[in-house]
Amino acid sequence: MTANRLAESLLALSQQEELADLPKDYLLSESEDEGDNDGERKHQKLLEAISSLDGKNRRKLAERSEASLKVSEFSVSSEGSGEKLVLADLLEPVKTSSSLATVKKQLSRVKSKKTVELPLNKEEIERIHREVAFNKTAQVLSKWDPVVLKNRQAEQLVFPLEKEEPAIAPIEHVLSGWKARTPLEQEIFNLLHKNKQPVTDPLLTPVEKASLRAMSLEEAKMRRAELQRARALQSYYEAKARREKKIKSKKYHKVVKKGKAKKALKEFEQLQKVNPTVALEEMEKIENARMMERMSLKHQNSGKWAKSKAIMAKYDLEARQAMQEQLSKNKELTQKLQVASESEEEEGGTEDVEELLVPDVVNEVQMNADGPNPWMLRSCTSDTKEAATQEDPEQLPELEAHGVSESEGEERPMAEEEILLREFEERRSLRKRSELSQDAEPAGSQETIDSGSQEVLSELRVLSQKLKENHQSRKQKASSEGTVPQVQREEPAPEEEEPLLLQRPERVQTLEELEELGKEDCFQNKELPRPLLEGQQSERTPNNRPDAPKEKKEKEQLINLQNFLTTQSPSVRSLAVPTIIEELEDEEERNHRQMIKEAFAGDDVIRDFLKEKREAVEASKPKDVDLTLPGWGEWGGVGLKPSAKKRRQFLIKAPEGPPRKDKNLPNVIISEKRNIHAAAHQVQVLPYPFTHHRQFERTIQTPIGSTWNTQRAFQKLTTPKVVTKPGHIIKPIKAEDVGYQSSSRSDLPVIQRNPKRITTRHNKEEKL
Amino acid sequence: METAPKPGKDVPPKKDKLQTKRKKPRRYWEEETVPTTAGASPGPPRNKKNRELRPQRPKNAHILKKSRISKKPQVPKKPREWKNPESQSGLSGAQDPFPGPAPVPVEVVQKFCRIDKSRKLPHSKAKTRSRLEVAEAEEEETSIKAARSELLLAEEPGFLEGEDGEDTAKICQADIVEAVDIASAAKHFDLNLRQFGPYRLNYSRTGRHLAFGGRRGHVAALDWVTKKLMCEINVMEAVRDIRFLHSEALLAVAQNRWLHIYDNQGIELHCIRRCDRVTRLEFLPFHFLLATASETGFLTYLDVSVGKIVAALNARAGRLDVMSQNPYNAVIHLGHSNGTVSLWSPAMKEPLAKILCHRGGVRAVAVDSTGTYMATSGLDHQLKIFDLRGTYQPLSTRTLPHGAGHLAFSQRGLLVAGMGDVVNIWAGQGKASPPSLEQPYLTHRLSGPVHGLQFCPFEDVLGVGHTGGITSMLVPGASEPNFDGLESNPYRSRKQRQEWEVKALLEKVPAELICLDPRALAEVDVISLEQGKKEQIERLGYDPQAKAPFQPKPKQKGRSSTASLVKRKRKVMDEEHRDKVRQSLQQQHHKEAKAKPTGARPSALDRFVR
Repeated sequence: MTANRLAESLLALSQQEELADLPKDYLLSESEDEGDNDGERKHQKLLEAISSLDGKNRRKLAERSEASLKVSEFSVSSEGSGEKLVLADLLEPVKTSSSLATVKKQLSRVKSKKTVELPLNKEEIERIHREVAFNKTAQVLSKWDPVVLKNRQAEQLVFPLEKEEPAIAPIEHVLSGWKARTPLEQEIFNLLHKNKQPVTDPLLTPVEKASLRAMSLEEAKMRRAELQRARALQSYYEAKARREKKIKSKKYHKVVKKGKAKKALKEFEQLQKVNPTVALEEMEKIENARMMERMSLKHQNSGKWAKSKAIMAKYDLEARQAMQEQLSKNKELTQKLQVASESEEEEGGTEDVEELLVPDVVNEVQMNADGPNPWMLRSCTSDTKEAATQEDPEQLPELEAHGVSESEGEERPMAEEEILLREFEERRSLRKRSELSQDAEPAGSQETIDSGSQEVLSELRVLSQKLKENHQSRKQKASSEGTVPQVQREEPAPEEEEPLLLQRPERVQTLEELEELGKEDCFQNKELPRPLLEGQQSERTPNNRPDAPKEKKEKEQLINLQNFLTTQSPSVRSLAVPTIIEELEDEEERNHRQMIKEAFAGDDVIRDFLKEKREAVEASKPKDVDLTLPGWGEWGGVGLKPSAKKRRQFLIKAPEGPPRKDKNLPNVIISEKRNIHAAAHQVQVLPYPFTHHRQFERTIQTPIGSTWNTQRAFQKLTTPKVVTKPGHIIKPIKAEDVGYQSSSRSDLPVIQRNPKRITTRHNKEEKL
Repeated sequence: METAPKPGKDVPPKKDKLQTKRKKPRRYWEEETVPTTAGASPGPPRNKKNRELRPQRPKNAHILKKSRISKKPQVPKKPREWKNPESQSGLSGAQDPFPGPAPVPVEVVQKFCRIDKSRKLPHSKAKTRSRLEVAEAEEEETSIKAARSELLLAEEPGFLEGEDGEDTAKICQADIVEAVDIASAAKHFDLNLRQFGPYRLNYSRTGRHLAFGGRRGHVAALDWVTKKLMCEINVMEAVRDIRFLHSEALLAVAQNRWLHIYDNQGIELHCIRRCDRVTRLEFLPFHFLLATASETGFLTYLDVSVGKIVAALNARAGRLDVMSQNPYNAVIHLGHSNGTVSLWSPAMKEPLAKILCHRGGVRAVAVDSTGTYMATSGLDHQLKIFDLRGTYQPLSTRTLPHGAGHLAFSQRGLLVAGMGDVVNIWAGQGKASPPSLEQPYLTHRLSGPVHGLQFCPFEDVLGVGHTGGITSMLVPGASEPNFDGLESNPYRSRKQRQEWEVKALLEKVPAELICLDPRALAEVDVISLEQGKKEQIERLGYDPQAKAPFQPKPKQKGRSSTASLVKRKRKVMDEEHRDKVRQSLQQQHHKEAKAKPTGARPSALDRFVR
């Protein structure tokens, strides 16, 4: 270190010497055109003086554009040399000397070494330490989270915690000590031996055991990690693709496209060298794709000519017409051919039949294989979806047709058939899904492998469709018998459906009638002025309709209190009339009215009640507060009232309370007063996780007492949350207790690792 | 737990559509090879035998002569919730013929469900949601358990059914007595006590004991089933009313001046002078309260467990002589001379509700056991049935020839009215339906005007007190066939009664909890909750539960500039403000719409209307 320092100081000294020498050289060189520059310098000075006048005394470093006398000792310029000045160059004299070589070396060595950074201050170091320690402990502790959560949510905790041990010894242990004695037993054992069946361990054969042992924990973990990695990679890739897709720059896309095309071309060339036949096919494909592309773009307004016309179209009628023509042609050309769609339809239909031959399991497996990559699927499903959607409407009527056609038969078989049909349908839908995935698979793989251009992809699709068609045409012959009856079945469907549809409202009507009947049975006397009839049963049904409006009317009537009490109610015709009364009923009734009227001539019950109610309503209304001070701000005295404006100004209106419960019940006064004594028994504070009182109410609505519950339910509802066994030590929970291995010190329970905190807590407890 | 369903021959088992899908489960008794050993023979045959041997139910009268037995409609079975297609076979290879838990009828389960799931809850956090889910699961489990235990209610209510076209009201007691078995026939009797005037009577809660008091001081208590007299005294004073307290050992008698309490030996235990001139008595069994209505217009609640008067309420309606209790919520209904019925609770100084029922004075009030219906009869000779579930509107009204002086409901909702010397009984369609007043179910004429009526609990018997004594009538289907042995056991011994007494006292409900809705205890006191919240906010100076103000998320690429942050904040604020305005506008519209249809155009003369 000291040597270095020395070297440095030496260097600095030598540099200064060099710098001191420099100006002399410059002076020499510039002395010649001194005269020319004199005026200029003066001018410069003047400018400087003027600029310094504005107060801000900025010290400017003299900038030298040319050689001048004024040379700063701090800055060195390498003007004119054309290259950068290196410190080592300054050491060099005009002629080379070997003595300075060592110094130069030292200089280079010094420059290559970095200075040692300052150590951080104490607080910062501590903070970093704390952070790291926290992270570590948090990680260690986080594994307890599930345990804690489980214990918190557990209905009951039993302490001391115990690992559940099977109380009953497994049958293998029992059987191991047992031997065959009787001849029958021996015979059986022989048989078992011959067939390699387990003798002592009757539950598992060797094969089963081996299968159980097939995958160890480590292997499983590794496999899982692998899968995770694959998934992560996939997600990255997806994200990347998405990101790239989002980029708006046209140029970027152009470049990418070009790059891809180039790559494809390169590959193609390579292929040409290696395998010319395949290359030829590829060539054809590419050509095809290009053609398709051109076809699809044809007569669109993207060409040069079209663009120019589009500009002109604004002003020129002819150009506009030309454009129209072109567009119409484009439409004509790009129209989808009808024939193709039909074939697609058939493809869907036939494929079903084709798939029928294949067992379900196969499809399912394929689906699973492709399952984890929905992203890949999405791009490809679009074309297959069409087929699917076309299939669906076809299937539904067919199903219905089945149901309807069978409905004529007995109920039982129909139901069975329906079930069968449903199952069939389910299976079909499953298969459809698998179909999609099947289609997706080759496309997806292609994409990943070639990462070729879009054209190639679309091309491939076309090809694959063609292939399918071929396949189908072959299959069609085989399955034509299968499809034909299906089509035939379809036909009767709509015809048979219609009557069903027509029938439905009728049925509903009958149902309604039934309901009304039921209602009537329950509340026969809802209608007050209903005549009492012996043979009502027969008349009930026709009466239904006119009754409904009547009821409403009656409701309105009820609101009128006067009507409510004075309505004529049908009198009961009793078999046993009390002995006192022997008169005719109507007469008797009139008599009664008379009597009542006489008896209660003075008191009008209804008016009294209404008055009482009004008073009650008034009393329960919140009162307005009047803050007017008579005579304040105006004349006061006897007979003078504060002005209306003042009164309005100082009247504090009470907020309108909730509507009374008896607002619409004229014959009832319901007290609005709160039962304070009962309220004292109610819950007044919401417990923790609840934010609304209705949530909490829902949890306390079921009674827990044995009066309302069966004994079992009562016991279950009142089980204590924590049970401790008397006379047992409750030890702190350990990692082994909950199935973790405690290998390192970090796995120890927190409390043990923090003895300090425990002691403080103990102290606190002692204090308490 | 698994009980084999009865192999009903006459009733084809109903099948759900779902069930048809599965293969019909093979019953193990359907096997060709029936196990020969008697010990292994399965339940159903034994059951059948039992059914044959089962003696006629002695308690409730079954009328065989004039009735045809109607089967209880079979309840559709709930599809099994848990089924495993491959039923686990044990080592023996036998399969469980009934995999999964036994099915429970849905309607029965519904009966025990108390959480109203139709009410929407505000959005809740995950933690709260888990608690709610636990509560709901618990409720379902307990209600399923309760539904399963319905199986233990073996008895069915009796009934009386006329042959086609026949009116059951024409069937007289003699016919019924003739038709029923001897034990049931013995429940019909008349006590001819002409000497001591019209009688009031009361059955104990178990339905085993009967106490009656005549106007002229005759008080007696007896075990009416065995006809064993417990005590018989003359109090030498007018007896207005008589009532058993929580058990048959104590008897409250409203005498001319004061209220007296006797034990079952007829020894006077207390004379309560604070309850004077009592006209009617009611006992609230779960609160241990004796409610007395007096001539002076006071309704007094006496806690019989501690002997204190809980509340003395002035009804301010003159003499009180019509009283009944609502067994559902222990509210006392008082009938007044101005045609109103008032509902009282000891916790409130004023009536909980007042219902105008009749033009004339109210003569009798009765409330059914579910607390849904109230029957009133007035001086205007009308009999009305009111709905007590919040609307208090009459469901049906009938004018009776002489008006009903006494009313009573049975446990299963039969309504009896005493009119002069005639007793009329009306029945509804089921337990929870109001009695239809169109046709009487039964009628009976007595030897004198009726003075007291009560249905006997757990027996198909109606006790009528009249001037000629006491009549015990048979009314098939009047009462609950199944009793709760722990709650009110008619066959309990003295020891059991004492045991029950202790338990009942421990479970005594405080008097102040009596209110119209007995389930109010399961609700949060919203008013004090809000008050507490307000106080907390005042104390802290801020609302700890308030929604945090919107904080815009930091964005990249220079879009998180201060200006844009402010702009975003402002946007959210404006949106909230707009919402508020919109809401208030809507409310205004509502109000206007409501206010509009009140009448036609206002006329200029309206200002003079007073």
